Amino acid sequence: MAVKVFAPWDNPDEKPLIRFENVTKKFGDFVAIDNLTLDIFEREFFALLGPSGCGKTTMMRLLAGFEAPTSGKIELGGQNIVPVPPNKRAVNMMFQSYALFPHLTVWENIAFGLKREGMEKDKLNARVEQMLKLTRLERFAKRKPHQISGGQRQRVALARSLAKAPKLLLLDEPLGALDKKLREATQFELMDIQEKTGTTFVIVTHDQEEAMTVASRVAVMDEGQIIQVATPDRIYETPNSVYVADFIGDVNIVEGKAAPLEENQVRIDWAEGQPPLVCTATQPFDPGQTCYLAIRPEKVMITAERPEGADNAVQGKIHDIAYLGNISTYHVQLSNGTIIKAQSANTRRIARRSFTWEDPVWLSWTATAGVLLAR
Amino acid sequence: MRRFLLIAIPFGWLLALFLVPFFIVVKISLSDVAVSIPPYVPQFSWETGIGTFLRDLDFENFVFLTTDSLYWKSYVGSLVIAVISTFLTLLIGYPIAYGMARAPEEWRATLMMLIILPFWTSFLIRIYAWMGILSREGLLNQFLMWTGVISEPLTILNTNYAVYIGIIYAYLPFMVLPIYSALDRMDTSLIEAAEDLGCSRLTAFWLVTVPLSRNGIIAGCFLVFIPALGEFVIPSLLGGSGTLMIGKVLWEEFSSNRDWPLASAVAVVLLLILVVPIVLFQRNQQKQQEAEQ
Repeated sequence: MAVKVFAPWDNPDEKPLIRFENVTKKFGDFVAIDNLTLDIFEREFFALLGPSGCGKTTMMRLLAGFEAPTSGKIELGGQNIVPVPPNKRAVNMMFQSYALFPHLTVWENIAFGLKREGMEKDKLNARVEQMLKLTRLERFAKRKPHQISGGQRQRVALARSLAKAPKLLLLDEPLGALDKKLREATQFELMDIQEKTGTTFVIVTHDQEEAMTVASRVAVMDEGQIIQVATPDRIYETPNSVYVADFIGDVNIVEGKAAPLEENQVRIDWAEGQPPLVCTATQPFDPGQTCYLAIRPEKVMITAERPEGADNAVQGKIHDIAYLGNISTYHVQLSNGTIIKAQSANTRRIARRSFTWEDPVWLSWTATAGVLLAR
Repeated sequence: MRRFLLIAIPFGWLLALFLVPFFIVVKISLSDVAVSIPPYVPQFSWETGIGTFLRDLDFENFVFLTTDSLYWKSYVGSLVIAVISTFLTLLIGYPIAYGMARAPEEWRATLMMLIILPFWTSFLIRIYAWMGILSREGLLNQFLMWTGVISEPLTILNTNYAVYIGIIYAYLPFMVLPIYSALDRMDTSLIEAAEDLGCSRLTAFWLVTVPLSRNGIIAGCFLVFIPALGEFVIPSLLGGSGTLMIGKVLWEEFSSNRDWPLASAVAVVLLLILVVPIVLFQRNQQKQQEAEQ
């Protein structure tokens, strides 16, 4: 039986929930969002990823209605929402600081939006109880925000923004204030809640791991523009630029000149005295064109002897070892000074590790392991 | 030992500069007026001893306060004027504080300066200046007649209106500053959160901004109410003969009538009345500090 994959972005008939059409936002001379066009679909968990100042928070504030675009159109369910004030939008936001009302209890915080709607008392009570249950906060209903922990506050903020059952939930760096363990647990909780409620989530984050974990699609942003939008695995495996490859995870970038061979194979001449590299390219390259080979450290094999039949093999010596417990990253210096990172799982105990500092080693990878990029 | 010293200094200060003078005032309030220097008896002397001295003290002055309606009317008058002027100060002070807190960052220090600036001139001189402004030939009347709003000069000076104007003017900074500090500390994302959850600007203000500046409002009200209740300079200079305020009565008993014992009795009762709001104010401050921890 074929499992139906959730991929509305591949279906041309699917109507997007949110549509940014040539949206530009300027603050004085500063261009925060630069002529951006983007579709986000219903039930998606969409991540906006980028360094601080890339415009991702501005995107979110445009969606919430706290900012108006300088030009362009933003549609929600086919309706232009630019003239709609924030209190009239079927959009709720979970703030980075949580923005819980300190003078109200957890219960009153969650009920706040429902009361503004003028919901009946019985229905309101039931809805608040439901939200408390969903976020496992029943025991803390009567406490004030300053009487609960950071993780609980984060869940109150989530419950409050979900209470009105918005079409779209915006999450602004929702897990930034939590420690690593709690953050990871909460990521799965968020995904779980997103699935249960069927709400469309848009999350802003600068943490690439978080984006990869929770999102159905990730948009990598830089200087007010979207560089690439794709599923997490495609962003990781087939980045469309050095910027994306470098931003997501650890990567080796080798700059060289392309020399196309037959069947999409490209030879890369990259340094004097080093053997040329071979890579299977997904796009055509002109002879002599500058190209960048991006290869992930975990796809680079590290061996003592030159491996038989490897597409690419270079020799160097171990310059540094980053021991991370489950894996080690070896920084191998080639004879021309270039450092290539290789990662391997620590299947043996550290005392019996095969390589140590200054050991001469061979690095090898296949022609399809890396991605050849033009920019 | 060091902890004891640390506590001893402020307590010593309080004892020497508040408690001891207060007991001297209490003692005078129990004495009788006399034509002598100082103008009251009994005086303590070692020859007659403490027994005779204590026997001569009585509550006559306090009894007298209840028999003459001037005094209780003045107490009530002070309360009414203090309550109304505190309310008016809040009404004027809150928008000023709000405007300051929402002003661009680089303007706030300047605005704060402007609020504090009047303190650089003597209080007395500033109240005298108001006499010049409010009198029948004063600046205000001249201006209003020039613009044609009125044809006859208004009588403001020496009425309760002048007292209200004086109190509001003098104590406005005490209202603005605590409210400003409460509003300034408020996270603006709370207002955005309220709007996001369906509030209009106005409801967000009532449901979030006002409750969160509550402590500032309470502190400001007490800081205006407490000194306004005992105020004597403003009613003496700006008020008329009809202005009944206990501070003014106290001042007249003391300086014009030279009845130190009765003036002291008035002061002791005023202090007892003030104890209630002062204790409430302290509790509010304490609660606020606890909430911030």
